[in-house]
Amino acid sequence: MTGIDTAATTAAPRTYPDYSRPLWQRWTLTRETAVIGALIVVAVVASVVVPNFGTTVTLGFLLLDVTPILMIALPMTFVIVSGEIDLSVASTLGLSSVLLGVLTKAGWPIEAAMVACLVVGLLAGAVNGFLVTVVGLPSLAVTIGTLALFRGVAVGLLGTTAITDFPFFWQNLVQMRFGTSGIPVVMVLVVVLIIVFAVVLHATPYGRGLFALGLSKETAAFSGVNVARTKFIAFMLTGLISALAGIYWTLRYGSARGDNATGLELSVIAAVLLGGVSIFGGKGALHGVVAGVLLIGVLQSALRLANVSSDAINIITGVLLIVSVLSPRVLAWFKASRATRRRTLT
Amino acid sequence: MTAPTITPPAPAPAGPSAASRIFRSFTRARETGILAALIIVIAVTTAINPGFLFSPDGWRDLLLTPAILALVAIGQAIVIITRNVDLSVGSVVGLTAYLTGQLFVGIPGIPIILVFVIGALAGGLLGLVNGALVAYGKVPALVITLGTLYAYRGINVLWAGSNRINASDVPSAFLNLGTGSFLSIPYLTILALVVLLVAGWYLRNRRGGRELYAIGSDPAAAELYGLKVTRRVLTAFVLSGALAGLAGVLFVARYGTVSSQTGTGLELQAVGAAVIGGVAIFGGSGSVYGAALGAMLLLTINRALPILGIQDFWQQAVVGVLIIGAIVLDRVLALRLSRRLVAEREVGA
Repeated sequence: MTGIDTAATTAAPRTYPDYSRPLWQRWTLTRETAVIGALIVVAVVASVVVPNFGTTVTLGFLLLDVTPILMIALPMTFVIVSGEIDLSVASTLGLSSVLLGVLTKAGWPIEAAMVACLVVGLLAGAVNGFLVTVVGLPSLAVTIGTLALFRGVAVGLLGTTAITDFPFFWQNLVQMRFGTSGIPVVMVLVVVLIIVFAVVLHATPYGRGLFALGLSKETAAFSGVNVARTKFIAFMLTGLISALAGIYWTLRYGSARGDNATGLELSVIAAVLLGGVSIFGGKGALHGVVAGVLLIGVLQSALRLANVSSDAINIITGVLLIVSVLSPRVLAWFKASRATRRRTLT
Repeated sequence: MTAPTITPPAPAPAGPSAASRIFRSFTRARETGILAALIIVIAVTTAINPGFLFSPDGWRDLLLTPAILALVAIGQAIVIITRNVDLSVGSVVGLTAYLTGQLFVGIPGIPIILVFVIGALAGGLLGLVNGALVAYGKVPALVITLGTLYAYRGINVLWAGSNRINASDVPSAFLNLGTGSFLSIPYLTILALVVLLVAGWYLRNRRGGRELYAIGSDPAAAELYGLKVTRRVLTAFVLSGALAGLAGVLFVARYGTVSSQTGTGLELQAVGAAVIGGVAIFGGSGSVYGAALGAMLLLTINRALPILGIQDFWQQAVVGVLIIGAIVLDRVLALRLSRRLVAEREVGA
């Protein structure tokens, strides 16, 4: 029994490429292009309508703000494409943040503490992977459990206190921009990650195996995909990258707290789904996900500059998410009803 | 997922008396384990600090604290049984709690019973939106209710802003309802118990309830069999919304203060309570009694930890271990059951 595909209602519609169309149409008329188009439209409209939006300062903060979601969305895409889900990412982020604080306070050099955080992130992912692949439990339930567990350890270690003493060099590095362009230096890391994840997902046997798994576990297994190992690695990757995002979060805000990034898992999943990844697995592309994350980031930043309460953006995130899953259904229904009408006319 | 279904009483072969049959099905029930865990937690904590159970305040808190989460968990269990999930309940609780406060502020002297009805109706309406999108749109509940989680919370924030409802805005008769009790059982607990018994009876004995299990076990088969899948799923979401709405009203009665962030994160607690109580996340199995016991166990452990000398910061970690332990246990039980069924079939053949 795979993760989410069964958690939904009956027969999920699977869309396969329509080979009756020419190649250029198949490549351009996709869900991903729609998201990228929406991103461009929103960005252009915002920079015209909202004062101060089209500045390098805004761009810099926008990129710094979306970085944690952007990072975690990459491995999350792997997990969701394989037909599973990971709700524990924000808790792993919090755990890594607390660990970085506790270890540096205990006198560890920060570089060593960072390595320890990444190792713990890998372990956290391995716990999820073990429970899902070896014990055979549903990932939705497992990661709700580890969401509470990892967050609980983070809060337990530090209580309600915060550690705010981090080396200036590292905090400065995270905030640094390229000259006057407003683009944070940290984007280099993010872009490298995006490229690596995109190549692995779309151009390696491992990545294609994830898609095969998401479409049909049995078929994938008979085609030589190692089901358990593939999923296990995907969960370890979300753990690792969440820990990395935790390090970033701690340095960016200069504060290690047990409740850092609480609830971020839902933002990450919303962004991934908005980017065109199917919750049933087996469908999606990384450029769509990146566009989805940026779309939410741009909307959030523009509305904040336009003095709309930053929490009210929740409505737009929610509605976008619903519309994005509902619109293919409505389109299909519309097409079908038109086809029947035409048939009855002739 | 073939977790053991405990609800339908098997047609027992003639032999053991009714009493022993009931006793045996009781000891085998998945809920009994949760009940035992709950009793152990209460017993150990009471041994260390007798006031946990035997002081009037301790007794009251033991019964009162889980009432709100139990209501939400009952609704959540009904939805999960149909192989769906409702992540929007936390936002529904927040929105109806704020609505409750606004009703008292805006309409002085509004009858309290009317507030309860309006709260449940408003919650039911929000649940109807979820249910309609899931059932008619045929899109996964996880995505839809994640969307409405955000949307409802956003509406709440737009409406409330930084405004708060304080205890002074609410009539004292209503607040007394939140803390008062009848025969030393708090009113809110009585309400939750009544809801629990009605929901439990409906799911176990009524056709509509049994169909929810059938849909959750195999949606395609239920459809082929001619069950009204769309309508039943819709009803499940409306029920979950209405119970969350009721919980929102209770929240105001119990705590008196409401902000735009009330109920945040409650959805995961509710799903956690249901899972701990043996409701299989892939539907078709479990009971609302288990979910309510799960809610009680969760919140009782919360209150027990400081008494046991564990800093309450660790409470969430314990909850996590509990959830994982519960699903591992269910997995083991399911494997054992299927092995036994296979063995029986081979003997029979």
